[in-house]
Amino acid sequence: MAPPMTDVVRFLLDGEARDLRGIDPTRTVLEVLRNDLRRTGTKEGCAEGDCGACTVLVGDLADDESGVRWRAVNACIQFAPMLRGKAVMTVESLGTADTLHPVQQAMVDHHGSQCGFCTPGIIMSLYGRAVGASGTDAPVAEVLAGNLCRCTGYGPIIAAAEATPSETAPDVAEGLKALAPGMLSLEYEDALAGMTRRWITPRNLDELAQATAAYPNPTFVCGATDVGLWVTKQRRALETVISLSEVAELKTMTREADGGLRIGAAVTYAAALNALSQMYPDLGAMMRRLGSVQVRNAGAIGANIANGSPIGDMPPALIAAGASLVLRRGDTQRTMPLEDFFLAYGKQDRAADEIVEAVIAPPPKPGVLFKVYKISKRFDQDISALCAAFALEIVGGTVRSARIAFGGMAATPKRAPACEAVLIGKPWTAETVEIAAAALARDFTPLSDMRASAAYRMLAAQNLLRKAFIESQAGAVETRVLEHG
Amino acid sequence: MADSSEPILRGVHTDAPHDSAARHVSGAAIYIDDLPEPPGLLHVHLAMSKKAHARIVRMDLTAVRASPGVVCVLTAADIPGDNDVSPVIKEDKLFADGVVTYVGQSLFAVAAETAAQARAAAAKAAVEYEILPHAVTIAQARAMGLTLEATQVMRRGEAEAGLAHAPNRLRAGFAIGGQDHFYLEGQVAMATPREGDMHIWSSTQHPSEVQHLVAHVLHLPHSAVTIEVRRMGGGFGGKETQPALFAAAVALVAAKTGRPAKCRPDRDEDMVMTGKRHDFEAEFDVGFEGDGTLTAVSMDLASRCGCTVDLSFAINDRAMFHVDNCYFLPTVKITSDRFRTHTVSNTAFRGFGGPQGMIAIERALDEVAFATGLDPLDVRIRNLYGGPGRDMTPYHQTVEDNVAPQLIDELEAACGYRARRAEIDAFNAGSPYLKRGLALTPVKFGISFTTTHLNQAGALLHLYADGSILINHGGTEMGQGLMVKVAQIVANAFQVDLACVKVTSTVTDKVPNTSATAASSGADLNGMAALNAAETIKARLVAFAAKKWNCAESDVAFTPQGVRAGKDLIAFGDFCRAAHIGRVSLSATGYYATPKIHYDRATHTGRPFYYFAYGAAATEVIVDTLTGEMKVLRADILHDAGQSLNPAIDLGQVEGGYIQGLGWLTTEELVFSSDGRLQTHAPSTYKIPTCGDRPAVMNVELWKGGRNVEETVHRSKAVGEPPLMLAISAFCAIGQAVAAVADGKLAPRLDAPATPERILMAVEDLKARARG
Repeated sequence: MAPPMTDVVRFLLDGEARDLRGIDPTRTVLEVLRNDLRRTGTKEGCAEGDCGACTVLVGDLADDESGVRWRAVNACIQFAPMLRGKAVMTVESLGTADTLHPVQQAMVDHHGSQCGFCTPGIIMSLYGRAVGASGTDAPVAEVLAGNLCRCTGYGPIIAAAEATPSETAPDVAEGLKALAPGMLSLEYEDALAGMTRRWITPRNLDELAQATAAYPNPTFVCGATDVGLWVTKQRRALETVISLSEVAELKTMTREADGGLRIGAAVTYAAALNALSQMYPDLGAMMRRLGSVQVRNAGAIGANIANGSPIGDMPPALIAAGASLVLRRGDTQRTMPLEDFFLAYGKQDRAADEIVEAVIAPPPKPGVLFKVYKISKRFDQDISALCAAFALEIVGGTVRSARIAFGGMAATPKRAPACEAVLIGKPWTAETVEIAAAALARDFTPLSDMRASAAYRMLAAQNLLRKAFIESQAGAVETRVLEHG
Repeated sequence: MADSSEPILRGVHTDAPHDSAARHVSGAAIYIDDLPEPPGLLHVHLAMSKKAHARIVRMDLTAVRASPGVVCVLTAADIPGDNDVSPVIKEDKLFADGVVTYVGQSLFAVAAETAAQARAAAAKAAVEYEILPHAVTIAQARAMGLTLEATQVMRRGEAEAGLAHAPNRLRAGFAIGGQDHFYLEGQVAMATPREGDMHIWSSTQHPSEVQHLVAHVLHLPHSAVTIEVRRMGGGFGGKETQPALFAAAVALVAAKTGRPAKCRPDRDEDMVMTGKRHDFEAEFDVGFEGDGTLTAVSMDLASRCGCTVDLSFAINDRAMFHVDNCYFLPTVKITSDRFRTHTVSNTAFRGFGGPQGMIAIERALDEVAFATGLDPLDVRIRNLYGGPGRDMTPYHQTVEDNVAPQLIDELEAACGYRARRAEIDAFNAGSPYLKRGLALTPVKFGISFTTTHLNQAGALLHLYADGSILINHGGTEMGQGLMVKVAQIVANAFQVDLACVKVTSTVTDKVPNTSATAASSGADLNGMAALNAAETIKARLVAFAAKKWNCAESDVAFTPQGVRAGKDLIAFGDFCRAAHIGRVSLSATGYYATPKIHYDRATHTGRPFYYFAYGAAATEVIVDTLTGEMKVLRADILHDAGQSLNPAIDLGQVEGGYIQGLGWLTTEELVFSSDGRLQTHAPSTYKIPTCGDRPAVMNVELWKGGRNVEETVHRSKAVGEPPLMLAISAFCAIGQAVAAVADGKLAPRLDAPATPERILMAVEDLKARARG
């Protein structure tokens, strides 16, 4: 029997079912809210998921249907069809100017708004924190890293956050169950682009296989933290979009027999953060600076790798850890070391109708020094000038193996073979490190751009190797400014 | 009626919340793009130049006009009046006419049924350029001799002789980056034609200027154009002159089509098209005694002004005005070169040139401290303005309200400066890679528009017969809390609760010929104008009450419990009703012009400022000398807001200003390509501070001794801009931390913003110099 199919995007807004029909599939959730539903409290500040003025909460039914998992996302880079089967809350869901919700009242009491434009997004991030939404079990500054405020200097907002009591979000589980969404498949005649555009949301690998058989050259989208910008910034008209975010088999995270972690391609950064942090604490610390709560709640690790962003922060660390990638094309699977996936700038070893199915992070090897460093102009929510990861196996004072990978030093995330070769078999000493650091100049010819100059990138890369050495020494001195304050 | 001892609720000097706070937090505060779209609304997109400097050889818009949804396409030839959206000198055009002078310059407007249609259509233009030579940097403009006006010189005494005879002398210099405003709400305007007239919602700090420019574009009298602004989602100077372009475009479309029209550039377009804080180069030559006392200062400033004058004359003047900061410069010569470049025309930004002048002298004093081996704070204190003989600024205004010494003294003690300096030295001695630095710097900021005639304001006050009050004035609300402050002033005047006073949109048909809400002057000017209006009505009411209740005018008093007239106490609403029946006019205009000020720009002398606002900040940072990463650990701030009209609002300005200044000097970096394209035009590439950049320890206080010696409204002081410059302490602290790699003996060569790259390169440079 063919799976039930629908061309209606049905979702819950404040518990009530809403239908979007005949919609442009890459219309953003923000446009739907502001223009179609007249919920103008949610603002557009940047249309690229960096300022958080458009923050709303999206609720998903837990896979075991045990309840609703709420997460803050940037509505400006979520596509309307992604609301299918979800619950949504906006700033208007909380209170009115006459009957403020406690989160809103706390912001008034602490003078947390000045111009007020970022405020609705901040309210939603703080409300998310109050109801224990995804990624909010963290210091306030981390919860708010994705909400820019240009007026207050944040002090009054932090005070308001600390004064806000926790509470329980409205239970919309029954309403979500009742939505029971079918496989979404909608078409849209785009007069402006002069083409028929379509969106398909398969629910499992079989439906995905059908979709890719019918449309072998689609744009795959998962969390839309990258593809969203193709539309809002590059103004691209995407002809066929196949969403991976609801493919059940891609949403799972499982433990391998050897203790490694198999992360389905649609698993978000937020969902994988704790498990990866336990395995690789330095990677976890870096992930907390990758994007923001909103971005980590939407973006998926495997899907981002599939897009081959040269600025992604995960690949260097995962390459150093020895991660592998599972790809799928119909019923055919193949597995490769992650580092082999990146062929050239914007080019990956992936066929047009092939997807990344999972990333497998191996268990950390005992005795391996594993360090991850991310350098950017701003600590939080900034794209790296460079990112470095070192996995060094040191036995009896000698480097037995070395996996060193950098981002931001070449067109792709890349290992440093010359540097590794210098280290392997040598005593782990300052002298060796100096020779290895010099070898990095043979591994990389970095570029200058708006994030950093080539000279800085090379010097910082060399210094990060020195830093890894310093940090490995007994009675180490302090080396990380983020551990202060 | 309340207890007779109860004061009014939320009068002046209380922490009244922002008047829109409840609407902000509930999403009910309406910004222009939130307004219901009128039927038939057209969406306007401005096509942008792709070249920095070029002649337009051909501009074929056939395909643009044929694109789906397009209703009209307008170029310079379609303007009935002036092709001009400039504030001062007519150089900023609505549409390029033959030549483009920056990447992002408006070429033509497309109006379509949807914004997507307008944008898509604009991309179909066939524009051919003949490339002309361009200058992107100050150095290029200098080499090409491109200036806006002659080198300006401000001097007192003979600095050249002073330097020649100085016991010690040093020369140094550095570069200071620009800054994008990054108001969260971008530029936006929406016009509605009204029977030949034009109504425009504009997100502007300067409704009157937008009104006048639109009128000239449409060839209408000023009276036919009305500009309205309820609130802006941030301004910071970026909506002083920049909104006219967008307002004029929608007005022209509305006039041509008879349909309402809206223009809202997206973030990238906004950042590419609109001006920013000027970046500067500062070179100084200072003479000083062995104890750090300055004897002579020669300061040469140069700025990148962009392609037109805009406000660059006044901005660069203000940079010169603040080269003294809090310090007496016995002989001084300040020169200022204003370079024209083929980049977006730089514009007003909180501080208006003052920050660039101020950081230059602070850097010079740090250099003196390194040269003498003295603590930088001791050098600063030694050079502060003093009594007669040490109280005249480089522009010959006498400093009559100097409170910097007290502020520094109190802050130095409160933040434990001396003990922490010693503790930091000990830390640095034991920490080979992480280095900490601490610096305490003061701020003295001149209050008044330096263009004297701008220092005036009007207000319109209606008292309704039920006792409710509506106040309107020329000031605009951009988040700074101006509306609530003025309402507090009015509430206080009538001794009614703040809730009785209604704040409304700023509209040019209520109060005409207003100045921009800028130069920190909003509350000073509009508060006084509102008070003047209130006093006018009160005088009428007092005369009425004395007659009606048969008492002396001196026996009439406005009290929180009602109006007392002799032995009678009348509830305020009843009193207003009686006054209306008694045929008393309950509406009045108010007006204020700042006294005492005058300035001669030809000689750069006079009294440009009514008074000065002061503050001081101590910032501690930690620097990673392997990567250049930096974190601000602690900031202590003491700021003088006079007798604050609203301490909570003022603290918000102080904290917010400091963090914005911190962004300017650390993470916010504008990068232009060699062909003049801005590379950092969205928050993905342009990094303003996030929550985590705020120092974990931040102690901010308003100075309890604050009281304006001048007769400002309730003896308050302007507070919008001055706190931004408190962040100079962070930049100086970074210098101290970098210097620690050479035992604090050499001055680091650090430009602003102090990004990780600049810090690491300064560290490397210093290590090399220390090795000799």
